[in-house]
Amino acid sequence: MLAAILSLTVLGAVLGLLLGIAGRYFHVEANPLNAEVEALMPGTNCGQCGFPGCAGAAAAIIDGTAPATCCPPGGKAVAATVATKLGLALDLSGMADKGSQIALVNEEICIGCCRCLKVCPTDAIVGAAKQIHNVLREACTGCEACVDRCPTEALVMHPVPVTLQHWVWPKPVFA
Amino acid sequence: MGFMERLIPHWGVHPDDRKRPAADAPVRRMPMPTRLYVPLLQHIGAPARPIVLVGQHVFKGQLLAEPQGMVSAAIHAPTSGTVVAIGEIVAPHPSGLPLVAVTIEADGEDRWADLVGCNDPFALDPQEIARRVAKAGVVGMGGATFPSAVKLAGGLRAKISTLIANGGECEPYLSCDDRLMRDRAADIVDGIRIVLHATGAREALVGIEDNKPEAIAAMQQVAAAFPEVRVRPVPTRYPMGSDRQLIMELTGCEVPADSRAFDVGILVHNVGTLAAVRAAIRFGQPLVSRLVTLNGGALRAPGNIEVPIGALAEEVIAFANGFKETPARLVLGGPMMGIQLPHARVPVVKSTSGILALTAAEAAGQNLRGPEPCIRCGSCVRACPVGLLPLEMARRIASADFSGAVDFGLKDCIACGCCAYVCPARIPLVQYFNHTKGELAALERAKLRAEATKKLVAARAERIERETREKAETAARRKADRDAAKKAAAAAAAAAAPSEETAA
Repeated sequence: MLAAILSLTVLGAVLGLLLGIAGRYFHVEANPLNAEVEALMPGTNCGQCGFPGCAGAAAAIIDGTAPATCCPPGGKAVAATVATKLGLALDLSGMADKGSQIALVNEEICIGCCRCLKVCPTDAIVGAAKQIHNVLREACTGCEACVDRCPTEALVMHPVPVTLQHWVWPKPVFA
Repeated sequence: MGFMERLIPHWGVHPDDRKRPAADAPVRRMPMPTRLYVPLLQHIGAPARPIVLVGQHVFKGQLLAEPQGMVSAAIHAPTSGTVVAIGEIVAPHPSGLPLVAVTIEADGEDRWADLVGCNDPFALDPQEIARRVAKAGVVGMGGATFPSAVKLAGGLRAKISTLIANGGECEPYLSCDDRLMRDRAADIVDGIRIVLHATGAREALVGIEDNKPEAIAAMQQVAAAFPEVRVRPVPTRYPMGSDRQLIMELTGCEVPADSRAFDVGILVHNVGTLAAVRAAIRFGQPLVSRLVTLNGGALRAPGNIEVPIGALAEEVIAFANGFKETPARLVLGGPMMGIQLPHARVPVVKSTSGILALTAAEAAGQNLRGPEPCIRCGSCVRACPVGLLPLEMARRIASADFSGAVDFGLKDCIACGCCAYVCPARIPLVQYFNHTKGELAALERAKLRAEATKKLVAARAERIERETREKAETAARRKADRDAAKKAAAAAAAAAAPSEETAA
């Protein structure tokens, strides 16, 4: 009994010490830029860029494997801040800007299953079991996470309507 | 800058003013149209919130929508009648986008609601004056439509020393302020004195361009009785009616970039606004009608018309005997800064100073040739009243370098149009600047949105953590309860057992 306890304790202490030493000696220096760039991203981890969350996208942009314009919900604003942060040349014209979009619930086919509520990264959908859900326009970032989750395809993406407050004079075109 | 240019101010342009004969025609009053479309956003700031219901009867001057937020203005019924709709109409705006408006079907009686006036405004508390002006929904009528009450309260806080009454009216074609000064000089001076009392300013300067001698004479005659009000003719030059340029001309002070007239101790109000402030304080009348200049070669009877807010431009033109010929261009406001209308089915709002129907010959200036490359002649630099380099800003904007344009002072641009007016290559410079200002505002909004999103994400993470914690706590409590119950049962059983034994 005593021998068993002793041997296991010694084994644990030795292995722990080994792990501690290894942790110190084989420590990988993470790029501090990653955290800084990640702080500039929307932080919803929606995955539209194709990378595992905002941290993945930040790392890819720093590596140069992804352009600064890879974040669709962030749009031009995020692209511009990230590019200035990293000193990248930015080509906004190539950015597939389909305009900001928001999700809307098609009330006829919503069954009130509550699945979309759980995946929304900004808690922008309100609803309860067997009640028609609704999207809070101000909180929706257009990440499309809820669209795939809905069993009845009741969630549809719509472009944000242009209002008087948001309208921008078009750029003059030369003939 | 050469020596002569130092001596002679060289900013601005001198377009042919074309104010007469419309300015000399007596004011006509438009009969009440059967339907009025009163937009809920006729000012800078947040739209007003409607407080009436469809089907409700309203009196003239009754509150239709109350202001919401710090910068907003109340909207009142321009006549008595029934609210028949609250919905979207085409906005008097270059985009032609929809705008929410209250539609009123007039009952023909034009009966005022009960108004609370004041016989001695100089006995009122200055803050009470600002409150009453806010209640009357008065906004700047020169075109900027900034809520006047906010300006009055700000002026009182900033302890301004001088009030400037802006009678510049530098836009060609327009003459509504001219007409107002000729016909209602006493009202304007009364309004000036009320605002002096409301802000604590000591003196008032009335700046009037010297192409309006009748208005200057009328104002001087009334102002002679009040030493604190001085009428100061200023040279006719566009954009003399812009507040910064008028302040510079009258006081020699230049309002610094990124600051307001308050910061140099000055408050500027348009003469129309001052008359509206006076009506609001003396009679409690809200702003429900205004003088509108109808002008342009395509009109039969140009002149100034008293129009209820919400009347369609089309009906105003019809009242003025319609068109002599098909207009080549319809403009709301002045020809320099006004907006081109695709059609005349838009309502007159608080900022509508004029409706222009220009003939092909009048509008031709802009249509001769398309824009050509910049030849760097520097005409725009000489014309710019703010002292910017429009050609350099436009070059940067053309290559989407917005921050470069901002470095060249884009934020100080007042969009007066002098640069585009003088440009021999006909480059639409103002459109470049308006486009960029819009894009910069959109970027700013996107940034705010990103911050809000981050907060929401953090709130969600916190919520999920809290829920798991609470779930664990509940589970622990239930377990504790169950254990306690079990223990109690065991204890009860133990207590029961010996008694049974003794009984046995």
